[in-house]
Order: sequence, then C-alpha cells, then structure tokens
Amino acid sequence: MQNQTDILSTAQKVSPFGGDLEGASGDMIINIGPQHPSTHGVLQLVVTLNGETIKKVEPHLGFIHRSIEKMCESLTYRQFIYVTSRMDYLSSHINNHGCALCVEKGMQIEVPERAKVIRVLMDELTRIASHELWWGAMAMDLGAFTPFFLSFRERETITDIMEDTCGARLTMNYIVPGGVMAELHPDFQKKVKAFIKLFREKADQYNELVTGNIIFQSRMKNVGVLSKEDAISYGCTGPTARGSGVNCDIRKLYPYEVYDKLKFDEVIETGCDSFSRYLVRVKEMYQSISIIEQLIDNIPEGDFQAKTKAVLKLPKGEFYTRVETARGELGVYIVSEGATTPYRIKFRSPGFSNLSALNHMAKGGKIGDLVAMMGTLDLVIPDIDR
Amino acid sequence: MEEIKNKTQDTFPGEVVPVPGGDIVLTKLDDIINWARSNSLWPLTFATSCCGIEMMSVASAKYDFSRFGFEVARATPRQADVIIIAGTIVNKMAPVLKRLYDQMADPKYVIAMGACAISGGPFFYNTYSVVKGADHIIPVDVYIAGCPPRPEALLHALISLQEKIKSGQTREQLKTEKPPQQQLPKG
Repeated sequence: MQNQTDILSTAQKVSPFGGDLEGASGDMIINIGPQHPSTHGVLQLVVTLNGETIKKVEPHLGFIHRSIEKMCESLTYRQFIYVTSRMDYLSSHINNHGCALCVEKGMQIEVPERAKVIRVLMDELTRIASHELWWGAMAMDLGAFTPFFLSFRERETITDIMEDTCGARLTMNYIVPGGVMAELHPDFQKKVKAFIKLFREKADQYNELVTGNIIFQSRMKNVGVLSKEDAISYGCTGPTARGSGVNCDIRKLYPYEVYDKLKFDEVIETGCDSFSRYLVRVKEMYQSISIIEQLIDNIPEGDFQAKTKAVLKLPKGEFYTRVETARGELGVYIVSEGATTPYRIKFRSPGFSNLSALNHMAKGGKIGDLVAMMGTLDLVIPDIDR
Repeated sequence: MEEIKNKTQDTFPGEVVPVPGGDIVLTKLDDIINWARSNSLWPLTFATSCCGIEMMSVASAKYDFSRFGFEVARATPRQADVIIIAGTIVNKMAPVLKRLYDQMADPKYVIAMGACAISGGPFFYNTYSVVKGADHIIPVDVYIAGCPPRPEALLHALISLQEKIKSGQTREQLKTEKPPQQQLPKG
C-alpha cells in the first residue's frame, strides 16, 4: 500500500512537465496533455513550433502504464484474458480473441464451428462500435459536436446487443480458450438484423453530413501525409497503413477462424493523407456489416465451447498469434515453461507503432492540424502503454 | 396545485409562508447557496482509461447528464466544479491529478468512478505502477463500483453528490464550515 507522502515525494522529483524545455533560438515548445481532450486519454505531446509550423512532436508515454504484461505472468491462462479487455477497451472482444487463439494454439484445442462464427460476429460488431466512436470523437476534434451524439446513438444499439449476451457493455470477457463463455441471447439475431437495418439507414445520412462536407474535406486532404514506404518502415498497421496503400489486413493475409470463407474486401486507399485514413474506417464499417449479414443467418448448431481441462498448461515453448483489431495488428506472444502461468507475455499493440509515425506526419504541418492528424490515427492510450 | 407546491418544497430548501399580499420564503443562506451549487456542476473531462468511454456514454444522448445540471464538460480544471476520476491512476499520473485538483476553484468535489479509482481495481495484483485508489492522492466524495460502472451508476453517483452538497456533507464543505454553536441553556 503506498501512502500519500510517498506519491507526492515522487511527484516533486519527477515532474511530468520536466525534460528538455529549452528549445533552440526562436522555437516555442508547447506541452499538449496529459490532461487534454483531444489526446483521447493521457498522452503528453511536447511540440516544438516555429511560428505555427511544427518542427518536432515528441510523445511522452507511461501516464497509464498499468504493467499488464507483468501482471499476466502471475495469472493463469484462463485469468489473464480478462485483464487484456482493459488494454484496448474499444475492441476488447478482439483482444480476448487474440489471447484465446494463442492459448488454443499452444494447447491444440479444436474450437467448435459455432463458437468460431460467434467470435467473428462479435469481433465485427465490436469493430463497428469502435469505428462509430472514433467517427464521433474525430468530428468533435475538428469542432463538430453533432456527430458525437449521432454516433453514440448507434453505438448504444451495439452495446445493448453485447450486454444481452455477454453481460457487460464495454469489457466483455466473452471469448475464452476453447470457445465462448455462454450461449447467445435468444434475441441476438433479431436485434442484430434490426441494427443492420438502422445502420444502413443512418450511415448514408452521416456521410452526407461529414464526409461530403467541404470544410471537413479541406481540413483533411493533403494533411498529415504518410507515404507507403514510411508507413511500412514505421510498422504502421490497420486503417492507418491501409490509408497509405499498404496491404496489411490480417483477416486477409493470415485468416483465422472463418474469415477465409467470407466474402469481403480489404479497404485500401492510396491518398496517404488524413482523409484517406478517414475513408478507410468509414468503408470498413460497411465491410463489417456485410460480414455480419453473411453470418447472421448461418450460425451453425452445436456446442459453443470445446471441452477443455479445468487447469490449462501450455507445453514448453513460444507461441505467437495475431489478429486484426479495429486499430491494426495485435500480436500475442507467450513464452511457456510448462507451468499453469505464462513465463512471459508480450503484446504487439497497434497503437504504439501508429503513434511513432506521428512525428513524421506532423513535421512541417501546422499546429492546428495536429489534432486532426491524431484523430485519424485513432489512438487508445492504455493500448499503447499497456 | 397542492402537489406541485409540495414538490417544490421538496427540492427547494425553504418554507413558503402565506401572508396576505404575497407569500414569503423563509430559508437559510447556506441552504440556498448549496441548492444553487448542486444544480449547476460542471465536470472536468478527465478520463484516463475504460471508464472514460462510459462517461462519454453518459454525456451522449441516451443517458444525457445535462438533465441533472452537469451540462458543460470543461477541459480546463479552472472552470470545473467536479472531477470524475474515470480510470486507473498510475504513479506517473498521480502528480498530474494532484495538480489538476489544486488548480480547480473552490468549492470542488471528487467522484471516484470504477474499481481502479476506488482501489486499483483489477490492476491491484502484482503491479508496480498502479496507485491503489485515487483517495491516496485527493479526497473523494462519492465512489462508484463497477469495471466499468454502468451509465446509470454514474448518474446515481452524480445525483448522490448533489444530495450530499445540498446537505452540506461533502469534504470541501465540512472543511470550511464552522462547527454548530452550542445552544445556551435557558434561564
């Protein structure tokens, strides 16, 4: 138990606003964050400015470092999955999915077909919910407040569906090694179909409101340019890289579960700017809807969970799986010594690599566009810090 | 009419005394100030992790905390009345939270939202970086359980805070208010 004086004495020694604050002649240094609404969490950016032009952006991390990887070492293979929901909480299903896949790979558990389909359905619903939230928050960053209310209205429909089946709105913990935790709610199919109908009705209106808006476009086009080569060399994944024309969808390249049997397109834009990254996410929502439409009437009968031992023990060795979250590639790396708990767990989180490209994108741009660039990266800070 | 009168008497801290030529309201100045304060609380947009998303849900159209007077979420602590600690506080963030609290103008109130802000939450076990409860750093008035709490729970906490302010029981008010004077014995 830490007491108050301990924390405060650390506070005096390590000031979060410390560091190299004396810039070269004529440069101005601005601290953005850690308490700033547009950083979407607690990220500190130290921006070096010359007039209005950005010379350097230096992200400072660790304001929400909760040592999840270290904690996982002392939790069993069934327990550690629950902590990973809190990592990238906007795509918590997909985080759980990646971990469950890794454990299943080690244990060589065969997952029933029904569980596979349910997992993919939930993943895609989560992806839509995450992109909906991003869309509202992104528009709010640019000063439009209405999209926030509109997107949350649709997102609540998905959280209701999640709540029926998983019992939670945000951190679901529904996917477990061997399948899913519980049977689908009887109303699941009906509600999802109603949501698809609602989404198709509303999404076009929203595109008219924001995507076609001339003010919006002029703030997004040719801003935050990240070329294809740079996106690859910074290790960007997900919509951030696909907006630069990189072919990197894990669902297509290394298909898991039933993705290889589904018909959907990998959305790729070649504009390399903020607007293409925006378009990728908007179009991905339509692709997710089409995936859900293909699966919702074809959920196979059978068990929702494979029969597994009560205590899971991975054989000695190293295991790596990857899944496509709403932000990009999530890699789960487990080193096992043959015990009930992992020896080491490492997560390759998409946000960390995407954030590293921010300095390159922002250099030479204007300070007013920095928030728009950060919005299109779709950062979740606990995912970066872990 | 009588019903409406009773209702206003419930929410408004005073007594309406009917006198010929117009009614008089009898109340205490403290009560009326607390009543006014409790109905216009501006929260600080302070979200560190998952609970922040549920806080956004409460701000959005379905739950809408503007109905209860939490209309304007401010990004700067200098304009905020209540800080909702939505998420985990780690050792690196602790001095920032303290500074934010110090920058807020009096009177200020604190809500600890979720298990992390109460006790470190699911991150209590074997971590070296998490502060085991925000009340190690700043005084907390209302705690909400949950990981993350439902939006209804946050609304309940906000209403509880209003009731606490009305009755003058928040930490801030107890600190500044003088102890009640003892009545002199009669005679």
